[in-house]
Amino acid sequence: MRRQPRGLVNTFVGYSILIFFALVFLYPFVIQLANSLKTEPDAAANPLSPVPGPVSFASFERIFEGTDFPLWLGNSLLVTLVLTAGRVFFDSLAGYALARLRFAGRRAIFAGVVAVIAVPGVVLLIPKFLVLNQLGIYDSYTALILPIIVDAAGVFIMKQFFESVPASMEEAARIDGAGVFRTYWSVVLPMARPALITLTILSFQGSWNEFPHTLVAVQNPDLFTLPRGLADLVSGSLGTGTQYPLKLGAALLATIPVAVIFVIFQRYFVRGATEGAEKG
Amino acid sequence: MRTRSESLAGWLFVAPVVLILGVFLLLPILMALWVSLTGWNGQGSPFRSGVPFVGADNYTSLFTEDGLPRQDFMTSIRNNVYYVLLVVPAQTALALGLALVVNQRMLKRKGFFRTAFYFPSVTSSVAISVVFLFVFANSGAVNALLGAVGIDGPVWFDDSRGLIHVLLGTVGVDNPPGALANHSVLGLTWWDWVSGPSVAMCAIIVLVVWTTSGTFMLMFLAALQAIPQQVEEASLIDGANRWQRLRFVTIPMIRPTMFLVLTLGLISTWQVFDQIYVMSQGNPAKTTLTPAFLSYRTAFKDFEYGRGAAISFVLFLIIVVMTLVQRWMLRERRS
Repeated sequence: MRRQPRGLVNTFVGYSILIFFALVFLYPFVIQLANSLKTEPDAAANPLSPVPGPVSFASFERIFEGTDFPLWLGNSLLVTLVLTAGRVFFDSLAGYALARLRFAGRRAIFAGVVAVIAVPGVVLLIPKFLVLNQLGIYDSYTALILPIIVDAAGVFIMKQFFESVPASMEEAARIDGAGVFRTYWSVVLPMARPALITLTILSFQGSWNEFPHTLVAVQNPDLFTLPRGLADLVSGSLGTGTQYPLKLGAALLATIPVAVIFVIFQRYFVRGATEGAEKG
Repeated sequence: MRTRSESLAGWLFVAPVVLILGVFLLLPILMALWVSLTGWNGQGSPFRSGVPFVGADNYTSLFTEDGLPRQDFMTSIRNNVYYVLLVVPAQTALALGLALVVNQRMLKRKGFFRTAFYFPSVTSSVAISVVFLFVFANSGAVNALLGAVGIDGPVWFDDSRGLIHVLLGTVGVDNPPGALANHSVLGLTWWDWVSGPSVAMCAIIVLVVWTTSGTFMLMFLAALQAIPQQVEEASLIDGANRWQRLRFVTIPMIRPTMFLVLTLGLISTWQVFDQIYVMSQGNPAKTTLTPAFLSYRTAFKDFEYGRGAAISFVLFLIIVVMTLVQRWMLRERRS
């Protein structure tokens, strides 16, 4: 009986905190959407308002007709699809071998993979440019894709996964005379669905949002992906005025694919984040 | 027979990963080490015979030689130190606080709030930076909010005043005391060292704390949910209040996660790049310059690839040392 009022107060305070922070975390997106549908003077006068004065689609028309947005979108789709497919395939292949197959050098390779995860990506910018330049593939789709088509963290996730499932099924297949790759393809991969979905989603998100790598891989505007194009818009390729509705609209469109996937596959994102926590 | 085919398969399976990581990670690091010892300007191959070998000059120009390179580098270190000092505690505290609230047993609809807090973390850093350029614009949302309570907001991205300088200004210290202004260490005066983060940097700090807290909240949440309920009940029976429970029960139980969050925080804050590139390019008055951005700019804008690579390696070293120091400190406490 005595605890009842205190519990109510706690619940009230708890919800107040949660709602306040939900606003803090989500309202910028509301502002982004609302202002992308405003006219420029309206956006400047009422930046906080979630309702556009007159709703205007002018900025979206200009995004598609006055900028290279369609080109960036196409490049982003192409690069992301190839990167995601490549990462899922190569990472799971290597993860499986490191978890299950016995071969000389396995430990050394795994140690190498762990070491690579620890290398801070941003210090690799100049090194990556040097090797792309030296190999003569700078400023090409190959440069955008090949250097990041495998991902050490993905290999790690897949290895951990394969170690957590029993080996009996594949052993049965092997006794039946199936080769290693055949066993992997038709017995192991179907079992690994949850891990593969997690890896697919993390790869998609990572590739879609990738920015610094594009800075040192390409300079030809025909090869820009969405983040690169967006960064270019902001740095003043638009000419006069701040043009916030247009910039916000372009950023919004670039956010939508990952947002949709996030809402649908939320628990896989959560798994990806917490898996890291358990490993530490 | 079987082990031989297994061995072959093993190597074939890891070959793509080993090859790509070798060619695009290991090899380039070695190439960059060489380039950091040269004066290569981007023309032709850095491995031709004509490229001047300068030994450790690129490194000494950052530390011991008086001049613009050292001044810029030390400025970037100063900026990043303030950035780390604000971002790491803020994001850790916010993430832990949110996790504690979301973890309260009597609250419903936790899933929604968890999603809301986590969502910014998965979006593109470039797209989010664009949004925050608008949020912190002159006529933007933050200044509109400040205006509503009667405060005249600053011109965020043009304001190079350091926070500590501003605070000192409010107590009447407008001009630097001679002792601080006339003595310099590593190319910067003491007055410059103690500037605090600039107003522009503060806007970037807010953005980063806002985007990263969600991920760390999830990590704390996973750790909190792993604490056995009996532990909490026992501390309740012992009459511990909320603060004592947090300090003496909860935090010690989630120490590994705390270590992980602090380490990841330290590592990522020393790598801040995308936001700087999109929002400020190191301006105003170099107060948002960071080593990561400076290294990029030195190589690709000033065509001093050798010095740019040298800055990268120094940054690499800083990150490694930070991680080791932290590991060592937490180990000491445990025993």
